[in-house]
This record gives sequence, structure tokens and C-alpha cells, in this order.
Amino acid sequence: MSRRLLVVACGLIYFFLMLPLLVVFPISLSSAPYMQFPPPGFSWQWYERYLDDPQWIEATWRSLYIGVSTAILALALGVPLAFSLVRAKFRGRAVIERLALAPIIVPTIILSVAVYGIFAKLKLIGAWYGLVVAHTVLALPFVVLVMMAGLRDFDRGLEQAAEGLGASRWQTLRRITLPLLRPSLVSAGLLAFISSFDEVVVALFLAGANMTLPKKMFDNILMEIDPTIAAVSVIQILLVSLVLVLIGRFGRGLSGSAR
Amino acid sequence: MQESAELRIEGAAKRFGEVAALDGVSLQVARGELLTILGPSGSGKTTLLKVVAGFEKPDAGWVKIDGVEITALPPARRDIGMVFQNYALFPHLTVERNVAFPLEMRNVAKPEIVRRVAEALALVELAGYEQRLPRQLSGGQQQRVALARAIVFNPRLLLLDEPFGALDRKLRETMQLEVRRLQRRLGLTTIFITHDQEEALVLSDRVAVMNKGTIQQIATTTEIYERPANDFVADFVGESNIFHGTMSAPGEVTLEGGRTLKVRSDKSAGAKVGVLMRPERFDTGGANLFTGDVIESVYLGTSFKLRLACAGGLELLVRQPARGPLPATGARIEVGIDPKAIHVF
Amino acid sequence: MSMRGFWPAVPALLLLFFFFLFPVVRMLGFSLEGGSFDWYAKALGEGLYLRVFWNTFEIALLVTFFCLLLGYPLGFLMATTTPLWATVGFIFVLLPLWTSVLVRTYAWMVLLGRNGVFNRLLIDAGIVEDPLPLLHNFTGVMIGMVHVLLPYMVLPVYGAVRRLDPAIVAAAEGLGASSWRIFWRIYLPLTLNGIFAGAVIVFVLSLGFYITPALLGGGRVIMIAVLIEQQVRETLNWPFAAALSAVLLAFTFAVYALAQRFTRPQETA
Repeated sequence: MSRRLLVVACGLIYFFLMLPLLVVFPISLSSAPYMQFPPPGFSWQWYERYLDDPQWIEATWRSLYIGVSTAILALALGVPLAFSLVRAKFRGRAVIERLALAPIIVPTIILSVAVYGIFAKLKLIGAWYGLVVAHTVLALPFVVLVMMAGLRDFDRGLEQAAEGLGASRWQTLRRITLPLLRPSLVSAGLLAFISSFDEVVVALFLAGANMTLPKKMFDNILMEIDPTIAAVSVIQILLVSLVLVLIGRFGRGLSGSAR
Repeated sequence: MQESAELRIEGAAKRFGEVAALDGVSLQVARGELLTILGPSGSGKTTLLKVVAGFEKPDAGWVKIDGVEITALPPARRDIGMVFQNYALFPHLTVERNVAFPLEMRNVAKPEIVRRVAEALALVELAGYEQRLPRQLSGGQQQRVALARAIVFNPRLLLLDEPFGALDRKLRETMQLEVRRLQRRLGLTTIFITHDQEEALVLSDRVAVMNKGTIQQIATTTEIYERPANDFVADFVGESNIFHGTMSAPGEVTLEGGRTLKVRSDKSAGAKVGVLMRPERFDTGGANLFTGDVIESVYLGTSFKLRLACAGGLELLVRQPARGPLPATGARIEVGIDPKAIHVF
Repeated sequence: MSMRGFWPAVPALLLLFFFFLFPVVRMLGFSLEGGSFDWYAKALGEGLYLRVFWNTFEIALLVTFFCLLLGYPLGFLMATTTPLWATVGFIFVLLPLWTSVLVRTYAWMVLLGRNGVFNRLLIDAGIVEDPLPLLHNFTGVMIGMVHVLLPYMVLPVYGAVRRLDPAIVAAAEGLGASSWRIFWRIYLPLTLNGIFAGAVIVFVLSLGFYITPALLGGGRVIMIAVLIEQQVRETLNWPFAAALSAVLLAFTFAVYALAQRFTRPQETA
């Protein structure tokens, strides 16, 4: 009996969680010239407006390549770091682990303001690679957490076996270790990508006149709420769904990647 | 085809902090011989194996294969085939690719790889399983793949690290015989690590018994069983009755409880000795007679296992052929043992 | 003792040093401009700013409470249901988690606005005559923040319930305990660790929230992060922004350190 109560309550909570994601679908397909609910009719006009506006498209592309670059850089730095943290024993290991995970805890606004101060001096405001660097700081903890979990579960006997069978360190890494860690690598890379692709606060400070998609959305929400935002939101939700499907299919368990 | 090699270890020592995992171990394995290293967990046998394979560097001592020192050589360049406790098959590679792995690492030509992999798989009777992944195989089959992978590159030495631990009893016995057959056929110098004394006796030419980082005795299987060098070996290998005493006269031992035994030994009078009597060597009569009360009796199919309380606080473990009724607890019986069945050390 | 295996960490450490540690420390240094604590006195002494700190603290506390209220049942159900339903549950939790905060904030504006979906439905149904004020106020910020942070509560609770030995529950059932009693006597005490972990992360993340209060608060709900942003971008008062940041950071770390002290003994168990 109490179980049924729990299920009903959870149904409502799931509804609360999913409602904002669902509501943008009908609005993005509305024929009304402004936000109206329920939509009076069906039309693709907001998607057309998004696709026809070079500013939106440019912002989307910029966010995509910043996201991809962030994922690559975060993997390039985070994977070796995770190897170090899990496998090596040196003094200060615990301190380094805390430092690497700190960007989760430190309020993004503080990081943004701080990096803004430095980038303004270096004339890096508006440079896409400046954003990549700042986003990598934010994405690093995800990569490190996912990779450390993967490495802790890794059976090192397999590496010994490979070396015993004649493989060099490098061959072992390339032929055995990395292929077996691929699910973790996929999850870590995709999470790094999404964390950059969705990131607003740092972009508000560092993007300058070169809009990223979230910054463009932020400005639009502040200025003129028109349903183009709904169309963009739908595209964003579909992209995230795709990423989650990819993680589920090729990555390491969703539950493991989420924390 | 590469010749199987001779292995020598001299004075190998390895400490982990306070613990001496290896405390000056020396041994020699002849070409084509199967030597078992037998010992309880923590005896240092796994460390010794790692030193031979190159996963651990000894603090002192050296390892030579065919007279060439390899102590500092990385594992990849030792040409040693190894079968691990949990097989360590690469889960993302098919059976074929697993077995091909050591050949690929040695840059063997492709057609040659195909030929030798097929040969190795045929040898372990796994032809037809090439495209399976390890997780699609049974424990015994995984074991065979691991074996094929360890021998496919004609290693100079084969190391088996408790390879049958995960198998059930029946399969374990089959695999033991199969490994023995294969090892003989290929003439592979082999070191086999186990904590199972029965397995050691079944498989080996010679056995090295290890405890606390040192080799207690290294000898043929019969020697180890019949004439153990000390208490530890006598106790660890097989069931035993071990007592201590002094040589009171030529051919006579007085045990600590006062009882005298007639034995065959050339130890001089006054020497402190250990005495081993195997339970199955007792008979109904003999030069040494014991009368005792049965305090425990177990029926084991082919034999009875009896525990007797004898005069002078002596407790004996005795095995008798299962003929007639099982002696009841509390019954008084007499057993005897011949002097030449008693081992004095 | 040895530095073996340290070198792979170096590139990441350089990044963290030059683009995280150094900038943050440098910025915090501005707050001591002129060698005085004047800016801290202003931040903690003037009623206006103290109110912002208090607001932030209050909101974070309430958000944590509501996340716990909604998150525990969800995590509990996901951990105790069939694998198929658990997967569905995960999708419904992770999809919002990884959807842009902006998308969600926008959606809440659509839902809660004066002419939004809720007010439309309520007026059409004749329940209210005038639109309810749901947006650009405290209510709007609370709804938006709970929605964003709820997954951070659900996942640790789920993990804690999953880690629970089913044999303990089975034993309690075998001893005839009712399901309510099992919950109060077994599940709740044994999952306190997960609850605590979730609550700490939600609370700490709430403290630094910027986007949701900035957009859903409509300028009426000022949280500390919003204040910092204003000081930097509008009044260009770096020293004061730095002092505010230092206080926020110190408070965040204090909460986190305190929480770690509490959880450590159980972690090793």
C-alpha cells in the first residue's frame, strides 16, 4: 500500500523533472508570433528563423568546436592525471586530487571573474581558445572522476600478462589498457563536451562579442523572449539525448558517470 | 624451434618493508623438467615467480636462463610463457587474437601467425573456437586458451601460477593430466606454483617446498613424501604423525613422553631428532606396537581414518583398509609399525 | 618517497595552476587593496550586503530541504525497483541534469510567467481570477533551483540504497517488521551517509548559483553570485567583488570541510 503511494509520489516528481523539457516542444512548433499556450497552430517558423539567422548558426558552430576542443584537451590532460592519481604513489597525491576536483565546488562565478581578470590582461577575451582553456578547467573533474573509477576497476593482471607475453609498455597501453578503458574514455569525453556545450557563466565573461550558443540564449532570454529559443532548446535537448544514448551504448554505466 | 632452457636462481632475496618475502632462495630447474613450488599463501612462492618472470626485481641474487643472467631484463624480453591464476585473458580480444598476441608482439609474419595459432589451438583441443570471446567460454576452455597463449611462441620457460584454483575438482584433475602430457610432449622446462600438495605430487618431477621466504626442501615427489627434511615439510605434505625425541641407542628413539621406538637411522646417540609416521603405514602388527582408545573414527570409503589416544599422552592418526566394521569410539585397538616405515630426521 | 608516476600529472597541474589556482588567488588578493580589511568590513558590516548573504544562505537551506524531500523517494524507488524501471528512472533524472540550465530556465519562464502555462490553465479552469505571481520572485527562484539541483540529491541516495545489503532487509521482513518500520529502522539510518552527501553537494552548489536567480529572480532576489557579477561588470569595483568572493569561498570550503569530517569514518567502513 505504502509502495503504491511512493510510486504515485515519484510519478509526480518525475513529471516535475521532465515538464520543462517537454513544454518547449509544442511552443517551438507554434504558429503564434509570440509565446502563447496552448499554441494556436502548427508551424516550422521558429526553426526556420533559427536556421536563417547567421548569428544563431555561428554561435552554434562556435559552441560545437569549443565543446569538441574542450573534450579533447580535458581528455589529454585528465586521463594522464587520473593514471597518476590511481597508480602512482608520491607525496601530495591527495592534495592534487582535491585540486583537480575543486572546480566542482568553487562557485563558477568566482572562477569566471578570476579568469576574466587574467584574460583581460592577456587580451584573450573573445578568443575561442581562451574559452576552451577555461572550460577545460571545469570539465577536468568529470574526466578525472570517470577515469579514476574506470582505472580502479581495471585488472592490472592483464597488463602484466601482456608484458609477460612480450609487449612493451607502450604496446600494452595501446593494445590492452586503452581499449579496455574505452567505455570510461567515451563517457568522460562526452561529459566534458556537454559540460562545455552547456556552459554559460564563464562564457558570459570571456566570450566577448563572439557568442557561444548558451550566451546567445542568455542574452535572448533577457531581451526578447521569442519562441526561437524554444526551437533552440528542442535542438539542445535532442543533442543531449543523443549524447546520453551514446554513453549508454558505448560508455561506462550511466550511474557511474553521473556523480 | 627454440630449445627449452635451463633455469638457475641464486641467493634471490626480496623484502617488502619489514617482511622478507624471499630470504636467499637458490634453485635449479633442468631442461624439460617440471618443478613445483609448493607452499602456503605468504610463503614467498608468488614473489619467486614474479622474480623469474621479471615483474619484481630481487634486492639480491640473480636469475640465469641457460647461463645468461636475466635479473634486470624487463618481462617482455624474457621469452617466458605464463599462465595466471585467473588466466588474464584479454576480454576484448577473440580466442584467436589472444593466442596471436605474443606472436604479434614479436613481429612474426602474418601467415606464420595463422599457422602457429591454429597449431596451438589444436594442441589444447580448441580448434573451432577461434572467433569466441573469453567470456563465451567455460572455465576449463579459458584455461586452455591461456595455456595455448603461453606456449604458442615456444617460450624458453613455462610458468604456471596456481592455474587450476578456480576449477572444480573433476575438471582440475583432467587439466592437471593434460598439462603434464603437453609439458612432456613439448619438453618444456616448467615451474608450477601451487599450495595444493596433492596437485604437487601428481604433476611434478621435483617439488620445492617453501615457507617464510626460504626453500625448506627440494627433492623428488617420493622423497618429499617419504623423507621430509623437517617438521614443516612433513606436516605440510600429506597427513602425518610427527613426534620429537632423542636417539637413546643405535636404532632406538626415546620420544619426549618416554616411549621408545625402534627405527632405522644412522644418527648418533644423543642426537635430537624428529620422527614421522605416515598414517597409512600402520599395520595390525610390527616391531613397534601401540595400544590406544579410539577417540574419533571416520569412514572414507576405501579406508578408515582413526584417531587413537595411546599411553604416555601419545595421539596417533591411523588409516586402515576398510575391511570389517568401523571401530567404534571408545573401543581399544592395537596397531603396529615397522622400523623401516618410520622416517627419522 | 618516490616521484615515479608523477610526471603524467604535470600538464594538468600546469593548467590548474595557471588558469585556476593563480587567477583565483590573485583576484582574492585585490580584496586586501591598501592593506586594510575595509572591503570585508563593508561586505559583512552593511545591512544591504549582509541581507544578500543571509538571502543566499536561506535559499540554499530551503533548496536543500526541498531536494531532500523530493530526491529521497525518487532515489529510493529507483534503487528498489526492477532494472528496467530503474533505467527509465535514470533517463528521467539524467536528461534534465545534462540539459542546459538555460533551456530549463527558459522553460520555467514559459510555465510560470504571467501569461504562462500554469496561469493560463488556472484562469481557464476558473480557480483564480488574476494571474498568480510565480515568476521574478522568490517562488520562481526556488522552483528553478530545486529543479536544477534535484538530480544531485537523487544519485547519492540511489547509490546509498543500492549499497545496502538486501539480506538485512530480508532479515527484517522475515522477523515480521512492517514496511514502514523497515524504512524507519533500517533504510533511513543506513542511508544517512548518502542523504548527507547529497545534501552537502546541493547546499554547496546552491551557494554559488548565478543563472537561475539572475533570470528567474527578475532583479528581486539577489544572491551573492549575482552581487559579485554586478560589482565586476556594472560598477567595476574589483576589490569589493574580491572580498565578496573570498567570503563566499571561505563559507563554501568551511561547509565542505565540515561535511568531510563527518563522513570520513563511515567512508572507510
